[in-house]
Amino acid sequence: MRKIAAFFNNEFARLLTITVGIFVLMTALRPSTFLTSRNLISMSFQMPEMGMLSLAITLAFITGGMDLSLVGISNLSGICAGLVMSSMLANAANETQVVLLIVLAVVVAAVVGVICGAFNGMLISALRVTPILATLGTMQLYTGIALIITKGSAVVGLPDQFSVIGQGSLGFFPIPMLIFLVSAVLVQFMLNKTKTGIESRLIGTNEKAARYSGISVAKTKLISYMTGGLLAAVGGLIMMSRVNSAKADFGSSYTMQTILIAVLGGVSPSGGKGKVVGVVLAVCTLQFLSSGFNMLRMSQYAKELVWGILLILLVAMLVFGERKEST
Amino acid sequence: MEVSFGKKILGRHETNLALILIVLSVVVSLINPAYFSTANLFKILKSSVEMGIFAIAFLVILILGGIDMSFPAIASASMYITIKLLISGNSEVPLIVPFLIAMAIGAALGALNGVFIGIMGLPTLIVTLGTMSIIKGALLVFVGKNWITQLPNVLIEFSRSNLLASVGDTGESIGLHSSVIILLVVALIVWALLRYTWFGRSIYAIGTNQIAAERDGIACKKTKFIACILSGVLAALAGLIHCSLVRVANPFDIFGTELNVIAAVVLGGASLTGGAGTVGGTLLGVFLINIINNSLILMGIHSYWQKFVVGLIVILSTVFTANRDALRQMLRRNVTSSMETT
Repeated sequence: MRKIAAFFNNEFARLLTITVGIFVLMTALRPSTFLTSRNLISMSFQMPEMGMLSLAITLAFITGGMDLSLVGISNLSGICAGLVMSSMLANAANETQVVLLIVLAVVVAAVVGVICGAFNGMLISALRVTPILATLGTMQLYTGIALIITKGSAVVGLPDQFSVIGQGSLGFFPIPMLIFLVSAVLVQFMLNKTKTGIESRLIGTNEKAARYSGISVAKTKLISYMTGGLLAAVGGLIMMSRVNSAKADFGSSYTMQTILIAVLGGVSPSGGKGKVVGVVLAVCTLQFLSSGFNMLRMSQYAKELVWGILLILLVAMLVFGERKEST
Repeated sequence: MEVSFGKKILGRHETNLALILIVLSVVVSLINPAYFSTANLFKILKSSVEMGIFAIAFLVILILGGIDMSFPAIASASMYITIKLLISGNSEVPLIVPFLIAMAIGAALGALNGVFIGIMGLPTLIVTLGTMSIIKGALLVFVGKNWITQLPNVLIEFSRSNLLASVGDTGESIGLHSSVIILLVVALIVWALLRYTWFGRSIYAIGTNQIAAERDGIACKKTKFIACILSGVLAALAGLIHCSLVRVANPFDIFGTELNVIAAVVLGGASLTGGAGTVGGTLLGVFLINIINNSLILMGIHSYWQKFVVGLIVILSTVFTANRDALRQMLRRNVTSSMETT
């Protein structure tokens, strides 16, 4: 009995139980549609873009911050890359040039993402703006820039080869999933093994103490938000490749869902705590739920209602858990 | 040292805002003389009513130290349910009834926020993101998602009522909409509440330092709970005014306006970190945002730029607010050093 209790006290084990439980529940409710290879494959193509954004917000959460501009960064970098491709595609004579063009577009997206993230980081660290307000403003700013350069219409006319990023498979393994898992491993490495990662945890736990112990708070935060921007840009590329277009207002409901995923994954919004494994499991859980709800013919609004209830429940559990720990 | 009245006025954020407002107005009216017409000024005032009440609702929570993302949902739900109730009742009611119903619903939804934020002490942004999707989802699933174009007669009459009605040079009727009164009353009440009551001072104290406020014997939970209800009531009021001004009850169209509201409040000098912010500053911020949006249109700039401009304003004003004290100190040092050299 005590062993079971200990098992459930372990955060990872608890989350794993939830993930598996929901998978089993959905399978039981809709065995003929949920547990099919077609559904499993389609889920693994939908998961990565949300996953990339969740990794990005995890980085912000760990420093004790928040990033509401991630969806804006995704769209803006996707649009920049899309414009590069659609405007120069006519000049590309052969296959190699098209591939080079795609590489160029990916680099453009990454650069845009890093610049946007750096701007967030600069506002938050050097100019001391509260993360929520700073990224609320930049969300509007990045979406505004995307609107201005596209005039509100979608960027289309992408090369066929580009669809590999969001729709291709390596053998039977979806490429976007591969990108997400590799990114997750890299973020995990960054958080646990590099100086920046460890320092960002310390800053999230107690910023003042971190500063007095000689940690360069501004630099660490800057790198965290820049990495977040880069992850969001990759997410934007995956999303653009999957739907074969880019638009300024794609994925506007993603912000709340990424916060939900991070909190479900055990990342504390007050900073310092969080594991990448938890986030990956939470991404899977939410995808199982979302696909399952679709199969139960729940509307998008009913799903929104459930996400809201879940978010508050989880935050309450997390906060009360932390309070219990500290007393 | 006694600070003279003039100096006191000059150093204030509100004064700076008013100056910016005047300069901007002059510049815009030079570009397009249509700006300084009575009709346009009345139009700006009318469009400031809804945003102004939303901004005050948002301000109350911001002074407490939290970002409230749920007010568009509270406004939509209160407005839509009220209209549905009135239509199903199909009897003529005085104007006060729809407002009372909406505000009661707003109070209940605000209390929902209050339980999580005030009593349980959960982080405001995340809670209100959650309640936003709960309220929005419940509204669209259980109440309805169709537009109601046939509003009750009292509200249509209200939407036509003007305070100062006259006929302009070209024959069009010019009027100051009567909802401006509601904004004025709300602003006065909340201003007095924040400035002169124990409840209002407690809000500032909690926003500045909750632990200190608690030790001073302030009932933090209760104050936060009541503040959430107040904010919900105001949001519902603004929602009902919105629907009667556009003459349709649309459960979707208030969503997306929140950033303009937030921009106005931060522009008005409220800050997240220190229990700061005033009703006067907020109203000036609302006018400024409205004038900017209005003049962008008058200057013929495409509406795609609006989002960008508002975003830029949020960033610039938050940077300014966050570094206000440092800036002041820097200025003071410069002044004293230049005085020493002369």
